[in-house]
Amino acid sequence: MSSTFTPAPGGAPLSRMVLAQSRMEARLMLRNGEQLLLAIVIPVIVLVGGVAAAGRIGIDLDGHRAVDVLTPGVLALAVMSTAFTSIAIATGFERRYGVIKLLGSSPLPRHGLLLGKVLALLNVVLLQLVVLVVVGLVLGWEPTLTHPPRTLVGVLLAVALGTAAFAALGLFVAGVLRAEATLALANLVYLLLMAGGGVVLPTSTYGAASSFIAWLPSAALGEAMRAALVDASIDGRSLLVLAAWAVVGTVLTARTFRWE
Amino acid sequence: MSAASPAVEIDGLVMTYGDKVAVDRLSLEVARGSITAVLGPNGAGKTTTLETCEGYRVPQQGTVRVLGLDPQRERAALLPRIGVMLQAGGAWSGVRAHEMLEHMAALHAHPLDTAMLSERLGLADCGKTPYRRLSGGQQQRLGLAIALVGRPELVFVDEPTAGMDPQARRTTWELMEEIRADGVTVVLTTHHMDEAEHLADRIHIIDHGRVIASGTPAELTREGRSATIRLVVNRPFPDGAPESLRAELGPGTEVRQLDEVSMLIHGPADAMTLGRVSRWCEEHDVLPQTLNLGQRNLEDVFIELTGRELAS
Repeated sequence: MSSTFTPAPGGAPLSRMVLAQSRMEARLMLRNGEQLLLAIVIPVIVLVGGVAAAGRIGIDLDGHRAVDVLTPGVLALAVMSTAFTSIAIATGFERRYGVIKLLGSSPLPRHGLLLGKVLALLNVVLLQLVVLVVVGLVLGWEPTLTHPPRTLVGVLLAVALGTAAFAALGLFVAGVLRAEATLALANLVYLLLMAGGGVVLPTSTYGAASSFIAWLPSAALGEAMRAALVDASIDGRSLLVLAAWAVVGTVLTARTFRWE
Repeated sequence: MSAASPAVEIDGLVMTYGDKVAVDRLSLEVARGSITAVLGPNGAGKTTTLETCEGYRVPQQGTVRVLGLDPQRERAALLPRIGVMLQAGGAWSGVRAHEMLEHMAALHAHPLDTAMLSERLGLADCGKTPYRRLSGGQQQRLGLAIALVGRPELVFVDEPTAGMDPQARRTTWELMEEIRADGVTVVLTTHHMDEAEHLADRIHIIDHGRVIASGTPAELTREGRSATIRLVVNRPFPDGAPESLRAELGPGTEVRQLDEVSMLIHGPADAMTLGRVSRWCEEHDVLPQTLNLGQRNLEDVFIELTGRELAS
């Protein structure tokens, strides 16, 4: 008598499930060409192009070298691309393809799925930041390191709160729209915010619109990164704006998200 | 909870979508260690019933118990013990077949050996293929592998062999029989009569959200005092043929025309009936090509119960 299939049910420990889930999601994110374009290629082009253009025209930004202002902004852009656009698109298609439904019948609980997603996201963001920091340094970036602990805390808070805010908003979009609509909207919002959302360029360069733009999560993330890396300061106002967006996004997502 | 309690107990389940009643006071039980088929046409309420057992849907009325647990309130305790094969999808489009199976194995404490399972289900050659490039049959087999990999006590499989070629279908049936022998309870939905008849210990026929018949295949197809005769002729029957044949055969006989060349006759199982049918054919200038007095099959049972054929 065979006994290959004799029942021996049971879920793996939560930590193992979450790690497996995060590894899987990160691997799929990095395997996807379009997402890689969004995560690495576009930010690198913006940084290299921006620095080259500023050099040719010979302008300074707020009295700083272009590369010193643009690099923190491009780091912010990279966080936004993954935390918002990539997560929204990936989650939208997970709903569409029934991945979330299938996982819903597995031992992985929903908070485990969410935790796995966040870990995957942080992994990819870390990888992006490493690549972009290297590119920035090659281009001659000199972050202001007069007060290293303050800069470090400022960057960590900006990345953490920025990731939270954009991921919550991305999940909100993915949870209410169809996958195709999510794909279109997430890309459109990314392009609009990149161009006019105060993320790459300082809010002050937008003239009269700057007081409005400063309330956007994109500008708040960009400003917080620049404050930490250009002025070695912590921009409390921008961090509060990010925290508020994180709360709004989480509440919206919790109220509207449909797993199927 | 005793080991003898049923694997699934559904009592008076009602599920509606807007005005449409999908499941209408449905009750059924599934014995442990059995293969139970839920048989019915598309839209009969099979998938909704299954999804309520799997904890995806909240019963609007009635109660559902799976392995003695409430699929809603005791979801966390239940999920590790069951395996689920969805009717379609469930995997990322870019994930490789083997990668997906490995991932689902990693979520369980004592998973099956994924290489063995892939081999058994004929997935060994397409392990590196992205999900979106698998054939429909390969996707189905991967779905079945995913349902089994966690070594569950109970598996729910929704239309397991849809889209499979006959060879894969046969392999899948053999596998299901093997897992039953190892003590796994199987609940499957199907609209293939032959699948239910071949595999199931017990069959529940569902139509319009209700169980209209339950029993073993033998019970459902057992001959009573009467029998079913299938008559297929060489050219279309004349108008009014069922009525005229019924008049020829006399009281206690039912005649139902299935299409322009075939009829189902339900009546006394004797030579006289067959003789009368032959004579009627001669009088109406049609030549019988099949005149079968025999064992009812599930198809006949379904037609008798619902007046319709079970379209596949």
